[in-house]
Amino acid sequence: MTHDFGPFLLLSEKDNVLVARANAAEGDRVTLETGPVQLTRAIPMAHKIARHDIACGAPILKYGMPIGVATEAIHAGAHVHVHNIRSAYTATHMLQDADGLSAGVSL
Amino acid sequence: MSDIQGWLRADGRKGIRNTLVVAYLVECAHFVAAEIVQKFRNTPHEGEVQLIGFPGCYPNEYAAQMMEKLCTHPNVGAVLFVSLGCESFDKVRAANAVDASGRPVKTLVIQRTGGTRSTIQAGTDWIRKTLAQIAEGPRAAMGVDELIIGTVCGGSDGTSGISGNPAAGKAFDLLVAEGAACIFEETGELIGCEEIMAERAITPELGNILRESVQKAERYYATLGYGSFAAGNAAGGLSTIEEKSLGAYVKSGDSPISGLIKPGDIPPKGGLYLMDVVPDGDVRFGFPNISDNAEIVEMIASGAHMTLFVTGRGSVVGSAISPVIKVCANPDTYRALAEDMDVNAGDIIEGRRTIPEVGQEIRDLVVAVAAGQQTRSEELGHREFILTYKSFEPIGPACLPGAA
Repeated sequence: MTHDFGPFLLLSEKDNVLVARANAAEGDRVTLETGPVQLTRAIPMAHKIARHDIACGAPILKYGMPIGVATEAIHAGAHVHVHNIRSAYTATHMLQDADGLSAGVSL
Repeated sequence: MSDIQGWLRADGRKGIRNTLVVAYLVECAHFVAAEIVQKFRNTPHEGEVQLIGFPGCYPNEYAAQMMEKLCTHPNVGAVLFVSLGCESFDKVRAANAVDASGRPVKTLVIQRTGGTRSTIQAGTDWIRKTLAQIAEGPRAAMGVDELIIGTVCGGSDGTSGISGNPAAGKAFDLLVAEGAACIFEETGELIGCEEIMAERAITPELGNILRESVQKAERYYATLGYGSFAAGNAAGGLSTIEEKSLGAYVKSGDSPISGLIKPGDIPPKGGLYLMDVVPDGDVRFGFPNISDNAEIVEMIASGAHMTLFVTGRGSVVGSAISPVIKVCANPDTYRALAEDMDVNAGDIIEGRRTIPEVGQEIRDLVVAVAAGQQTRSEELGHREFILTYKSFEPIGPACLPGAA
């Protein structure tokens, strides 16, 4: 039986991140396989959260493929993005709205 | 059998549009050329006269070849070149190439035509006469197996790789199965996908060539200091170039990869082709493609009759010469920009439709647009165009193993 991640999608069984299918609010409860967590910030559509605890230096897997490396320990349910992962190739260029939450963008 | 009635050109290729292009050969002639095109806005010839051009005053073999390929594209029926007079672009060579293709061609040199007003008048007069002439051009039934379709993604976000790109990939699978030639590109956005992509090549040698093309892109972008990644990609949930790449890669679908081409190379037959858009040799002239339309223009130079453009953040562009079908991956963006979008792949995210259903819709729309239906960007008048400096080495025989 497939686990129900609510508004989050698991794209490949190998993945350690989940993708938001819709905007999720701060405080929303998500039931992960390891138990329930509460979102500590809003997660905009198509952003990622950790499926379980991820160690610093571990590869981040999405579509079953590596999309970068954790630059710090990431807790289950935490936002996984430019602030805690890096490219194994070229650095990511971003502006202040990279969190997807700043005024006038995304949500 | 499809009901596509193509415009039959002297070289045997068929077009889905019959456009007269006005091409400026240096930025100094841009305004005059644009004014000529403007004379046909809000007339019965709206959309039939389109502006393209090259801004630089220094010669460039890539730009010269691109201009020839674009001006002899099957969607083009006639060409008016607008030259200032002293620029380095070889206008005689360009005009001879168009003339040899059997198309009406005229070159107006502003410095010898009496200036701005006189050149606009002379250009407008020639176009009026020539539009009537090319409208009589021969038509012929055209099959899906004669179509060349490009795909590009722009304004990508985290939805692109889940909905829009897989749906475009499904449409590509359907079109390739029907014998069409499909082109995907932007090797700078395939970084991280080189190994899985190489396994799909029809020969091991081609697999190595595909891998090397991505490695070249990686070196090129590393020198420039930025990946092919815009700030809006991060706001939309993409964290790294390899995450963006994996999302972009799926728009190639599941067909075997039949070859690697460079801008201006025409796919020799149906199948799936990767276009290598990163220049060869030392890093020169800046970023390979400074914005999405540069990639669209390169696929048109390789004969693309239309382009599938997958967007998440919401691009509104179209293109000169070949129509653009916009596939919106993000349901919120679709609602915000519905008037600019042809397909709502956001339905996949919201669970209303499946990837195969949207893929079929895209395939059917491709055939309808080939048969004359206007895309949203065409209706809105979008005719973006950009051509800049590059340099390439020609492709070798191992790039097109099935061509013989």
